[in-house]
Amino acid sequence: MASPVPKDTHQTEHDRLIAPGHDFGTVTDTISQIVLQRKTPLGWFIGFGIAFSLMQLLFVATAFLLFKGIGVWGVTIPIGWGFDIINFVWWIGIGHAGTLISAILLLLRQEWRTSINRFAEAMTLFAVACAAFYPIFHTGRPWVAVYWLMPYPNTMGLWPNFRSPLIWDVFAVSTYATVSAMFWFVGLIPDLATLRDRAKSKVWKVIYGMAAMGWRGSARHWHNYETIYLLLAGLATPLVVSVHTIVSLDFATGIVPGWHATIFPPYFVAGAIYAGFAMVLTLAIPLRKFYGLEDFITMKHLENMAKIMMATGLIVAYGYMMEAFMAWYSANPYELFMIKNRMTGPYASSYWALILCNVVAPNFLWAKNLRTSVPFLFCISLVVSVGMWLERFVIIVTSLHRDFLPSSWGIYSGTRYDWAAFVGTLGLFVTLLFLFVRFLPAISIFEMRTILPGAAMGDEEGK
Amino acid sequence: MSAEPGVPVVRVDLSGVRRRLDGTQGRTFWKSLEELAETPGFLEFLHREFPEQASEFDDPAGRREFLRVMGASLALAGLTACTKQPTETIVPYVKAPENVIPGRPLFFATAVTEGGYAKGVLVESHMGRPTKIEGNPDHPASLGATDAVTQAAILGLYDPDRSKTLTSYGEIRSWTTFVDTLRAALGPQRISKGAGLRILTETVTSPTLAQQIKDLLADYPEARWHQYEPAARDNARAGGILAFGEAVEARYSFANADVVLSLDADFLGTGPGAVRYIRDFASRRKITSERPEMNRLYVVESSISVTGASADHRLPVRPSQVEGFARAVAAGLALAVEGGTADHADLVAALVKDLKRTDGRSVVVAGDAQPPAVHALAHAMNEKLGAVGKTVAYTAPVEAESVDRLASLKALVADMLAAKVQVLVVLGGNPVFTAPADFGIAYAMEKVALRVHLGLYDDETAERCHWHIPEAHSLETWSDARAFDGTVTVMQPLIAPLYGGKSAHEVVAAFRADRSGHDVVKDYWRAHLGGVDTERTWQRVLHDGVVAGTSFPEKNVTVKLGEWARVAPPPPAKGVEVVLRPDPSIGDGRYANNGWLQELPKPLTKLTWDNAVLMSPAMAKALGIVTTTNYDGRLENGGKRISTGTISDVVKVKVESRTIEGPAWVVPGHPEGVVTVHLGFGRTRAGRVGNGVGFNAYALRASTALWSATGVEVTKSGATHLVACTQDHWSMEGRNLMRAASLEEFEKNPEIVHEGGEEPPAELSMYPRHKYEGHAWGMSIDLNSCVGCNACVTACQSENNIPVVGRDQVGRGREMQWIRVDRYYEGPPEAPETYHQPVLCMHCENAPCEVVCPVAATVHSDEGLNEMVYNRCVGTRYCSNNCPYKVRRFNFYLYQDWETPSLKLMRNPDVTVRSRGVMEKCTYCVQRINEKRIDSKNEGREIKDGEIKTACQQACPAEAIIFGDVNDPESRVSKLKATPRNYGLLAELNTRPRTSYLASVKNYNPEIRRG
Repeated sequence: MASPVPKDTHQTEHDRLIAPGHDFGTVTDTISQIVLQRKTPLGWFIGFGIAFSLMQLLFVATAFLLFKGIGVWGVTIPIGWGFDIINFVWWIGIGHAGTLISAILLLLRQEWRTSINRFAEAMTLFAVACAAFYPIFHTGRPWVAVYWLMPYPNTMGLWPNFRSPLIWDVFAVSTYATVSAMFWFVGLIPDLATLRDRAKSKVWKVIYGMAAMGWRGSARHWHNYETIYLLLAGLATPLVVSVHTIVSLDFATGIVPGWHATIFPPYFVAGAIYAGFAMVLTLAIPLRKFYGLEDFITMKHLENMAKIMMATGLIVAYGYMMEAFMAWYSANPYELFMIKNRMTGPYASSYWALILCNVVAPNFLWAKNLRTSVPFLFCISLVVSVGMWLERFVIIVTSLHRDFLPSSWGIYSGTRYDWAAFVGTLGLFVTLLFLFVRFLPAISIFEMRTILPGAAMGDEEGK
Repeated sequence: MSAEPGVPVVRVDLSGVRRRLDGTQGRTFWKSLEELAETPGFLEFLHREFPEQASEFDDPAGRREFLRVMGASLALAGLTACTKQPTETIVPYVKAPENVIPGRPLFFATAVTEGGYAKGVLVESHMGRPTKIEGNPDHPASLGATDAVTQAAILGLYDPDRSKTLTSYGEIRSWTTFVDTLRAALGPQRISKGAGLRILTETVTSPTLAQQIKDLLADYPEARWHQYEPAARDNARAGGILAFGEAVEARYSFANADVVLSLDADFLGTGPGAVRYIRDFASRRKITSERPEMNRLYVVESSISVTGASADHRLPVRPSQVEGFARAVAAGLALAVEGGTADHADLVAALVKDLKRTDGRSVVVAGDAQPPAVHALAHAMNEKLGAVGKTVAYTAPVEAESVDRLASLKALVADMLAAKVQVLVVLGGNPVFTAPADFGIAYAMEKVALRVHLGLYDDETAERCHWHIPEAHSLETWSDARAFDGTVTVMQPLIAPLYGGKSAHEVVAAFRADRSGHDVVKDYWRAHLGGVDTERTWQRVLHDGVVAGTSFPEKNVTVKLGEWARVAPPPPAKGVEVVLRPDPSIGDGRYANNGWLQELPKPLTKLTWDNAVLMSPAMAKALGIVTTTNYDGRLENGGKRISTGTISDVVKVKVESRTIEGPAWVVPGHPEGVVTVHLGFGRTRAGRVGNGVGFNAYALRASTALWSATGVEVTKSGATHLVACTQDHWSMEGRNLMRAASLEEFEKNPEIVHEGGEEPPAELSMYPRHKYEGHAWGMSIDLNSCVGCNACVTACQSENNIPVVGRDQVGRGREMQWIRVDRYYEGPPEAPETYHQPVLCMHCENAPCEVVCPVAATVHSDEGLNEMVYNRCVGTRYCSNNCPYKVRRFNFYLYQDWETPSLKLMRNPDVTVRSRGVMEKCTYCVQRINEKRIDSKNEGREIKDGEIKTACQQACPAEAIIFGDVNDPESRVSKLKATPRNYGLLAELNTRPRTSYLASVKNYNPEIRRG
């Protein structure tokens, strides 16, 4: 669906990527004034206050966890992983949209990515930060885990176990976090320079100035910038696939029925993109509303995201179908029991809620009028986020709680500290987002300018 | 300045230092002694100006070297742990005790008593601290094995809640004050010849104590000695009197019995001979395809028991129906017995035929809870079958003074109520808690002027006594006791009393003059051992743990079929009946404060930290009992937050005016119309562990209905209760986990146990196979021998320093035992087959846990062990998730008690005490393997087969667990693994477990229709 750059300002409301009547100046003004001129609205303080308070829960929960031990969570034998890994996978999945939008859509020359890539990337970073909390703190002894998981030379000649998917995870997630952060920061440099130039206060001039790394907008700068940005995009592209593939291998390499499936990598990647776009929508809709950015994040953007969400949602649905089919086709009693237990066991309600959220709900997006209804999109994106959380719950908990020996079957539920940590990471995520929209341009100023009709000439020259 | 030999050190020339200092004038500043002494190293340092490697920086080879060293040292400097080791002072012995080598344990033979009877043990002692109890191979009641309770005695010894001081009215007093008070109170008794003096003991088999009390009674002829035991075998005693006219002890030889009929007798689970009986019974179930012969066990029972679970044919009946059944069988054997039931005629006929078939190699055993007539009938049947002398022998009673213990306590209570008692000395036991509810013993005791209690705990009886004397534990005292066959063990202390406790010998001696327990016991035996060199004999007795030739000789007695044989029993009662039994773990309540036993999943029910009202599925359904899973955070019982676990409805059980309330628990195979409650719970003064655990079933127990009662009302109370059960699930879900066959099937096709199971070829793995040059350890567990007694579980807990986690954690599924006994049912819930399967780490060849651990904390050893490296473990729990056997245990909290001083003494010094956040699991007792490896190396020989015994193997009374080298085709374990009954649990997953099982075979009587 490669669409040409819309140069015609008479396109319908649904098709355009930027509202008519904008020029270079208005784009820069509209976006930078959020950071520089506009008085911070009361709503920002209220929202930030709430998120910041919720973030404190994370600190309390973590402090208590470190003080008492992993036992404050609901994990047990046989359900060794619970909210910790559910939330880890959930957050990492959410983090996928940013890189996908930035890198893959850039390489595919999807111009519509421009207005959403910046905050999608920020969201990625913050989601990865939330995700990173879990693998570290879910261990029994985080104080040693943080460095024993790293390969470092030591007198004992002892290395991590490179056969373990958890080690692959360490590399995959840390690489992903690093590349995403670089990509995001490099993309910010021209805009930081704009902010530096427009900032009134001396302090902000210095801060933005330092962050802009001496950007002066010379042709040589732009040339270097374009090169590195493309290179980083190329580097980030395989990561979109690799990270969640490796996360899925945490399960697929295990022998637990319900985990041990070859379909997991593609199905997890699709699920991640699905969840990621749902989260981008969840954030974009209020953002454009409160900051009056409807001109830049248009219905076209929302609709495109809805389409991707629906497509990946259908892939995920296929995954569920195949899981059930393969369980039957394998004629393996453990696999058969697993799927039956998912559908009818103690956690059946979670399974069917998941089917409702992830399989039934996205099909409403076939209808164009629903797809273009902002409140409906917002609701459905929330439903999908819940559904994806349930998916991880079902995969992890229902597979583990009844595996091979019925004598060892158990039951799991999250404790208040599980919930506190989860809500706390939500608080952390939203807090960081609030800080981001307040202090950095949430939409890429210079890239938005490139899609203005007036920029077309430069485009031609570029080619 | 000293250093390890062989490590080069820079020697500072001190005399040179002095010389230089002497030769200087004014102030001289120096940085180091090296500088002062002008050592060559320092001079070179000065000369070179730069550190050695830096000055060579431009030389390429040197630079590379420099970078390499710097890189490594930076990595080390930054990454090594910064913990400072605490300073420890090691003080050597001034006078080293004989034979004590640090790191090498010593073993001492002694005995642990239960209900007065001795269980011979060898106690492992490290530097004077007893740490582990093993069975004494020379002792007839042990033959080297133990039961769970004996294993847990070591925790009882170190229990921090034991009473620690002698008290009077709650005030701390000295022993001499007590003796003065006692003697003062005895003054008037001397005049009245002791008419107001009463001594209450538990069952006494100790020849010394009996002699002491008899001597005391000689001083005070009017005084009385009473004995009481809540789980006393009074019915068996009365049955003997009924049948033979005198009290006898029946001793069984199950090793000779082809057919066994148990009339409500739990001979494998309770009683002084249970460990020995399991050994004998199991020895007849170790079948091979060459010798497919095994015994056959019929059990008629009114409750559930491990004996019933081991039966080939089990008939659950009401308690009141057992006698009718017994009479029917007796009549079938052509005895002049009437009143037999007409029910189960087919079963009775087949059974009678089977009993007669074996020509005296059969035996009928009656349960302690059955009325005397059933015991008498059993004796009559054994005589008729010609079993006497073959499978059963009669001896004189083992108790020093055989009395009806219930009647004895009743007489005491009557005397107390009549104010005839002025001085009451309670030597052990907890009668206030355990006496039948209708005796009102607590009230009666109020009428006694001086009440003295000797006990391990400041318990319910101590509370009612003026004086409480802390009792010395079995492992702290000199004493003696008889085993079930009369064999005497002289008990020697392993450690001086931790809390200055006194033994019963010392208290009784104090009536006359203070004497040490050692002197009392030794004096008695000096007089009784005889022989030329008494001291030598004494040493031999202590060393062996048995006094040779003290087993009671067989007695010739004949059954006289009296009136009892012709009187029909009362017709079976209508309505619900209740069965009262001592708890399989904590007994009559005396072990209530023992965390290992409280947390030990009870055989069959798998409940911990609770007793329950056990009932059949049909009865539960009729009552509307619901057992549900509770999720964390639900509010329960008046807003109290309860944790994840299983909740069950509470029922009220009412007998006459007596009621108890407890959680209902459904047990498949439980007799219909009967509820079982276990005694021993609901303690109020047990200690921190046992207080308030469960409900007190003694409240239901009347002296007229000690073991069962009729006319019971069971109603739902409306409340619910959180139950900590380690295995909620009954069924195997049709999986081929527990392989079983009937003997008939097995004889026809010994390969039957492999049907339906597949084992992938060994080369089916991505990774290269492990090679074993030397040993390769493996284990075989015979499921046909295992009776599910739990001895292995507690033995492992003791050997491997396994912590107790408490009810809440067990409810969440976080119990820590490394070995568990899985219980599965097969068949209809009203009369299923029950199977036990001990599960421990399988030490898989292709271990799923090893692959997934990110930090290589669980690795394969070159002898095939799957080893856990606690230091390395970071606690991701991935290994446990990936373990199909779920044998891994995680320290979710700091479970281990690192504070209590007495518990520190108890730990096995050869096993790491695990901390928070690490995974742990069965190690195949790697410390024992290494110990024997060192021994064999020192002696320049190979490790012998059978030399290494894991803790579970050593404790197992059934010899079901065999450990050894599977690389050696001649080892016992290799031979067992080569037999057709051998199979691997979940072998279809290609884990290639090193622990394998021998399938269970049931010896059904083809004439009896099953199901």
